[in-house]
Amino acid sequence: MLTKTFARALAALAIALPLLAQANEGASLPPAGNDIRNEASLQRGARNFMNYCSGCHSAKYIRYNRVAADLHIGESELKQNLMFTSEKPADTIASAMPAADAKKWFGVVPPDLSLIARSRGTAYLSAFLHGFYRDPSRPTGVNNTMLPGTAMPHVLNALQGVQTAVFKTENGKSEFEKFELTDKGSLTPAQYDDFVRDTVNFLDYVGEPVQAKRQDLGIWVTLFLMLFGAFSYLLYKDYWRDVH
Amino acid sequence: MGNDSQTTSQAGGLWGWINARFPLDSMLKEHVTEYYAPKNFNYWYVFGVLSLVVLVIQLVSGIFLTMNYKPAAADAFASVEYIMRDVEWGWLIRYMHSTGASAFFIVVYLHMFRALMYGSYRAPRELLWIFGMLIYLCLMAEAFMGYLLPWGNMSYWGAQVIVSLFGTIPVIGDSLSEWIKGDYFISDITLNRFFALHVIAIPLILVFLVVAHILALHEVGSNNPDGVEIKKHKDANGRPLDGVAFHPYMTIKDLWGISVFLMIYCGIIFFAPTFGGLFLEAPNFDPANPMQTPPHIAPVWYFTPFYAMLRAVPSFAGTQVWGVLVMFGAIALLFFLPWLDKSPVKSIRYKGPITKFALALFAVSFVVLAYCGMKPPSTTLLLTSRIFTVVYFAFFLLMPWYSRIDAVKAVPERVTYNAH
Amino acid sequence: MSEEVDLGRRRLLTTATALTGAVGAVFTATPFLASWKPSARAKAMGAPIEIDLSKLEPGSMLKVEWRGKPVWVVRRTPEMLKQLDQATPFLLDPKSDGSVQPEYAKNEARARNPEYFVVLGVCTHLGCSPLPKFEAADVTVSADWPGGFYCPCHGSKFDLSGRVFKGVPAPANLTVPPYTFVTDTRVMVGSDTSQTA
Repeated sequence: MLTKTFARALAALAIALPLLAQANEGASLPPAGNDIRNEASLQRGARNFMNYCSGCHSAKYIRYNRVAADLHIGESELKQNLMFTSEKPADTIASAMPAADAKKWFGVVPPDLSLIARSRGTAYLSAFLHGFYRDPSRPTGVNNTMLPGTAMPHVLNALQGVQTAVFKTENGKSEFEKFELTDKGSLTPAQYDDFVRDTVNFLDYVGEPVQAKRQDLGIWVTLFLMLFGAFSYLLYKDYWRDVH
Repeated sequence: MGNDSQTTSQAGGLWGWINARFPLDSMLKEHVTEYYAPKNFNYWYVFGVLSLVVLVIQLVSGIFLTMNYKPAAADAFASVEYIMRDVEWGWLIRYMHSTGASAFFIVVYLHMFRALMYGSYRAPRELLWIFGMLIYLCLMAEAFMGYLLPWGNMSYWGAQVIVSLFGTIPVIGDSLSEWIKGDYFISDITLNRFFALHVIAIPLILVFLVVAHILALHEVGSNNPDGVEIKKHKDANGRPLDGVAFHPYMTIKDLWGISVFLMIYCGIIFFAPTFGGLFLEAPNFDPANPMQTPPHIAPVWYFTPFYAMLRAVPSFAGTQVWGVLVMFGAIALLFFLPWLDKSPVKSIRYKGPITKFALALFAVSFVVLAYCGMKPPSTTLLLTSRIFTVVYFAFFLLMPWYSRIDAVKAVPERVTYNAH
Repeated sequence: MSEEVDLGRRRLLTTATALTGAVGAVFTATPFLASWKPSARAKAMGAPIEIDLSKLEPGSMLKVEWRGKPVWVVRRTPEMLKQLDQATPFLLDPKSDGSVQPEYAKNEARARNPEYFVVLGVCTHLGCSPLPKFEAADVTVSADWPGGFYCPCHGSKFDLSGRVFKGVPAPANLTVPPYTFVTDTRVMVGSDTSQTA
């Protein structure tokens, strides 16, 4: 029947639409490849964040003790290795740098990173942390392919080393082609990839700390609803045997 | 389930005490146990009750959100994150509400499409249809104001764009948009009043309209996929021969429908609450920033068909008001549907090929416009939007003509139904 | 057409659906009810607090707010501790059997260290905050007053260990919160151990 075929086509379109929308966005960026269920990676990411990011960036919507509880980090370890910027475990992660100073030094206040993974996406963050290259015209000496003109210095310089960007000219437009590592850092490129993946993984977790628990609970909810659905379907079929 | 009809009339006890003072028993009979719905309802008929389910979900989750939300520009964004992180289970309540908003439009759009297919807007159901359309208007206002509340950057700029639409109205435009905002820009003041409208004013109207919608439905009786009136054929007791009691038959069928709906709804909440950026948009995780527009502004998906129409219309004679008129016209036309359809039959089942084609094309134009409205403007999309805006309007404006000349099939006297 | 309806099966299915639905309703209600519990922020703000006692003179009292309530620390002199014995015959519950305090404060001094008395300054009658009246025979209370706390709202009287006197409206001794000494002159209120939660 026409209506039925049509209804099916409509349903198919409704399902395909968000997928299409998703596919189009950031299609050019490689995925970050992080896994929020990898606790060791999250712990390393937390350490990376506290050592390299929290000096300038806050994560003001997440509390130290939440991170410790979720990632199974003991209190003494938390205090020794992760808490540099505040005193109490129940505090939120503040930046070590006063906002006014940051404004003076960088011209902008470094953004809060609580939700950066949700607003930019993990692929972007990974590409951003891989995207610094030497640019003597910038006050920081570096520029970034993902955010040209960024005020952020290359904090991970010593780890990654120094990259030079190679641009190619096509149809009169200069386009980024690839990076060349000119000065080696303390990490090999593969180690640096891991470092970035862990850090992005932690930011992904910080963006929505409940996400792993949410998915786990979702399975139980789905199973329960299937049971309820089965009963209600049988009940419906049973009652409608009365209707002729 | 008290189906012993003798007990109720002179029953004593609490039941009798209440019924001597309040028409509980007769109301239950009129609207539940002795309301007869056509037995040939198909699954398209589940979306009415699903709208009611989503309404309840939105009311309950919304009430709990207000317990922790702060309607002030300085606090709003942080209070939403407070709900997401610090309030126990707050994330679930928030996702129920944000997913519920989209779910509301999905079920309402399908409910409306059902009415379009089976001619449920035709006499004597014109007022029922108009109540429904008023509900749809309220829903859009509710969604628009609610979208500002998280005070994300998309909330902010989305509100900015929509309120600016009112500014395009000649002469009064500027002062009107200032009046809506209560300020010279979208500010704390605007947020505060949108909050009041979102949580109190519009929900009150909405609930009133829903009651009116259901009362009107029960007055005229439900239409069905055959578009025939079941009230024409009644048994000796005055019950429609092709009707079944709403309770238990329809309630139990609806229960099955609700459980399927809940599976999908919960699936989104627990596994894809942002739904790929369609239900919760990525830029809205940045706090509102009056100094920086997100790279690409689009309304939430349920508004995008109309947004595409707005963008499709060029400014003309020095004003942009035409796009706004087209956009509101697209919604206003729906109100006139009962009088535009001149076909001698109600249901698509007995309408001719032109009508079927027109309806299919209309649905396609709605989906395509929705897609165009989501994407950044481009020449291809602009052309597509223009074509389908014309198709959308043609569906309504040509209806008096094609519905009259189109071939029809013979409508059966009674409903078609195959027993389970 | 007219198949027999199996009423047993129908009843079973109705029960199964209703029961599952009821369980589902309880599951659904849980997060909403649980959302009223103190949030992570409330817990953070109600976290144990440390109070510095090094500047507290003997015979004087210090007030600190903790979880929205006044916490008192009284540094009692030997004379004040002697007053406790004098008050004992007039008390309703001298052994603190019916009041709220940690195990280590269930003694005459109602304290870990008798010198420092830590207590919630909230009257057990209707929640007013009593006033310190440490002087014996304070005329603003009564001529035979042995020294303690006096609640201005309804006249309840407590001794210098917060124990309630007989014949006043308050039904129980003042509540002692959990606390611990981090050092000799630093007390942490809200936690029994020096490790924070």
